[in-house]
Amino acid sequence: MSATHHHHEEQDFLFKYIFSQDHKMISKQFLITGFLMGFIGMVMSTLFRLQLGFPGESFWAIDFFLGSWAENGVMAPDKYLALVTMHGTIMVFFLLTAGLSGTFSNLLIPLQIGARDMASGFLNMLSYWFFFVSTIIMLISLGVEGGAASAGWTIYPPLSALPQAIPGSGLGMTLWLISMAIFIASSLLGSLNYIVTILNLRTKGMTMTRLPLTIWAFLVTAILGVLSFPVLLSAALLLIFDRSFGTSFYLSDIYIGGQVLEHSGGSPILFEHLFWFLGHPEVYIVLLPALGITSEIVSTMSRKPIFGYRAMVTSILAIAFLSVIVWGHHMFVTGMNPFLGAVFTFTTLLIAIPSAVKVFNYITTLWKGNIIFSPAMLFSIGLVSTFISGGVTGLILGDSALDINIHDTYFVVGHFHIVMGLSAIFGMFAGVYHWFPKMFGRMMNNTIGFFHFWITIVCAYGVFFPMHFLGLAGVPRRYYTNSEFPLFDNMLDINELITWFAIVAAFAQLLFVFNFFYSALRGPRASQNPWRANSLEWTAPVEHIHGNWPGEIPEVHRWAYDYSKVDENGDYVNGEDFISQVVPLGPNEKDGGH
Amino acid sequence: MVALVAIVAVLLIVISAVQTLKIAELWAINKGKVIYEVTKKQNKTQALLMLVFLVAYFAFFAWQVWKWGDLMLPVSASEHGVVTDKLLNITYAFIIPVFIITHIFLFWFAYKYAHNPNRKAVFFSHSNKLELVWTIIPSIALTVLILFGLSSWNEIMTPVDSEKEHVLIEVQAQQFSWNARYAGNDGKLGRAGVEFIEGINAMGIDINDKNAKDDKVVRGEIHLPVGVPVQFVFRSIDVIHSAYMPHFRAQMNCVPGVKTQFNFVPTITTKEMKKITNNKDFNYILLCNKICGAAHYNMQMDIIVESKEDYEKWLAEQKQFAEN
Repeated sequence: MSATHHHHEEQDFLFKYIFSQDHKMISKQFLITGFLMGFIGMVMSTLFRLQLGFPGESFWAIDFFLGSWAENGVMAPDKYLALVTMHGTIMVFFLLTAGLSGTFSNLLIPLQIGARDMASGFLNMLSYWFFFVSTIIMLISLGVEGGAASAGWTIYPPLSALPQAIPGSGLGMTLWLISMAIFIASSLLGSLNYIVTILNLRTKGMTMTRLPLTIWAFLVTAILGVLSFPVLLSAALLLIFDRSFGTSFYLSDIYIGGQVLEHSGGSPILFEHLFWFLGHPEVYIVLLPALGITSEIVSTMSRKPIFGYRAMVTSILAIAFLSVIVWGHHMFVTGMNPFLGAVFTFTTLLIAIPSAVKVFNYITTLWKGNIIFSPAMLFSIGLVSTFISGGVTGLILGDSALDINIHDTYFVVGHFHIVMGLSAIFGMFAGVYHWFPKMFGRMMNNTIGFFHFWITIVCAYGVFFPMHFLGLAGVPRRYYTNSEFPLFDNMLDINELITWFAIVAAFAQLLFVFNFFYSALRGPRASQNPWRANSLEWTAPVEHIHGNWPGEIPEVHRWAYDYSKVDENGDYVNGEDFISQVVPLGPNEKDGGH
Repeated sequence: MVALVAIVAVLLIVISAVQTLKIAELWAINKGKVIYEVTKKQNKTQALLMLVFLVAYFAFFAWQVWKWGDLMLPVSASEHGVVTDKLLNITYAFIIPVFIITHIFLFWFAYKYAHNPNRKAVFFSHSNKLELVWTIIPSIALTVLILFGLSSWNEIMTPVDSEKEHVLIEVQAQQFSWNARYAGNDGKLGRAGVEFIEGINAMGIDINDKNAKDDKVVRGEIHLPVGVPVQFVFRSIDVIHSAYMPHFRAQMNCVPGVKTQFNFVPTITTKEMKKITNNKDFNYILLCNKICGAAHYNMQMDIIVESKEDYEKWLAEQKQFAEN
């Protein structure tokens, strides 16, 4: 990095706000785009919850949002599936992958490792614009003839391959595949950049064992992405070939619409293997950044070092390693070799060990802390709760013998929404509340944040906890209505209750939207280090400058978790309950958790 | 007009919210507060709410078990299901205490260690002993679960010994219905494939295969004899479906181009189950549990479990394929 880097001439609007190569601006672009998509995904879920809670009833809201997809305010069965599919796709990829990693990896990597910017600002900009294009294509697919993709977010062929099977598998599916291919390109550009930046651009003194846990999480997430997203790309390409060029990678022995198809010799199971080779690591691509963010916040707001730094890093690595050898647990009942099922059960249940270590370490960090309940801290504690509540049921689903009977039921829906959906979105909210001053130079309103958190967590559990009971009663997921089965008649009350919680939760997010925009525009100005935290980003000035620090990049002398460190007399070292990473070690002081 | 009024109303609400917030902030600044710092009072309230939430969360959990416990699936109607139900209960016995204890610690600590300016947080950054303890304890518990799980899994997935008495049924899925055929007296299913589908031969059975002649095709419902192992073979002719029989704790995907299988021994007849569930309309069902198209939500077939005699009587009434 040249020393002249921060002497930039005034950039015009176009290059400052639109085609920016500055990581801080790109991070905001990811955040806003991701949240917009998340909002759309949330509205979709509220609409199909209306159908599930009050099947067949006409609603003004359904009519307003869905138009021709819903005659007289009642959505069509295949459009219900389109909504479910798009909700899943948007939430998993656009909000919780690009929105979460894109925002916080971009914002925090250069600032926390002490770099002027990403290794390649240009690739970083491309990463956002590929993401933007894929977003637009995905949104366009909502409006095409036949409707959006409707085969579930897992798009298993042959359903996703044959327009005869469901209308959404026509143009809607083609656009879905194109959009995802571009999305994957975006993700790879971003991930490679993150890895290179973390490995090469750390400032003097910033050894790997002094990295904040956020950076460890982003690093491992990026590596997982680079390993697994290309496999999804190849799966998607083969599907495009099957759909458009007459190949038979996934198709064989099919009789549909009164005729036998030419395809022969392929297997849909191959697609499932390829899909889940990404699909499972994807769960951790979504989750690890959230865990990294909360590690940082829990420590800062407890005014205590994170407990077991090395164990935390080790468990991130262990979770990541295991996550690439467990994909088969999504396929226990596909008819794959039972021996394989046994292997996948074994590897899957092992993940509980590093996960448990993380939970215990979070809880021990709170123990004898001095906790300040900022909204970010509330969401972090909420994450630990959802990580436990959703995690324990993983022991049931990961056990092949038990999975047989609850596979693809609402038990699964409840499980993954809590452990991955809620945990990741709580981590994302926590991150926004915590680093808002770093992004916008202003503070968010605490009181609104408190209301936002409590309403959200109560409603979120109100939505997803009862789903376990539905699943244990044998109710399958992705049913337009349960009214065709007398067996499920008694379940209507549960579904109604869930829908009410979902509606309140959706409206509660408006509190956040309001707080976000109000604070970004008119909120009180932030001081440089409002949370009195140790990591490097708080040594940078509030005003965004290209290159992050005026003058030299600060040198790092200690790890990021010296909170409430005392000397032999019991007084705070350095006089305060936090010591920035840039403060040199005292004569008798040891670094790290010693 | 309604839309216009709605837009104006929303705008007014937003504007008044902005103004209220602004005034509240000015008020606080006037009183010399750093307005974005969490006040002492707020921190106390939040700490208390942690405790309230803990209690409310457990109460909600208990309420659900009490209210919906009866809606869960009745006792397993298959031999292996009894074993997996036991495994499920053992897993509960492990995870529910973990869920409760960790939550108590989490929210209790949050409440107890709320910020107090007169107190210092304890600089406690690691302890090999503690970390070893909570690595080893889950490992031991998991070993038990894994061993039990795998032994049941292997037993369930072992196909029925073809030498022993059993019933062989092929179930074929298509959008949006189920077909089934029994192997007939020879105990063998004739060849079938999508290329043979024509007219009433919806299952695509090869008429020229000698094993096919005595096969019996049924629609709408299948009958199973109680106490006899049933070997299912699954096929699909269009997209992936999943044959889910929740009362028997049985499920297997039906995949076009691939034959899959599952077997179980039914142990409770339909009649007995009506008594157990206290529901005279009770019926075992097979339903589709893999997204398969617009009418996925209504793809079902009844299963009737009856005594061996009744079953044989019913089967004798079904036509052989060659008779069609």
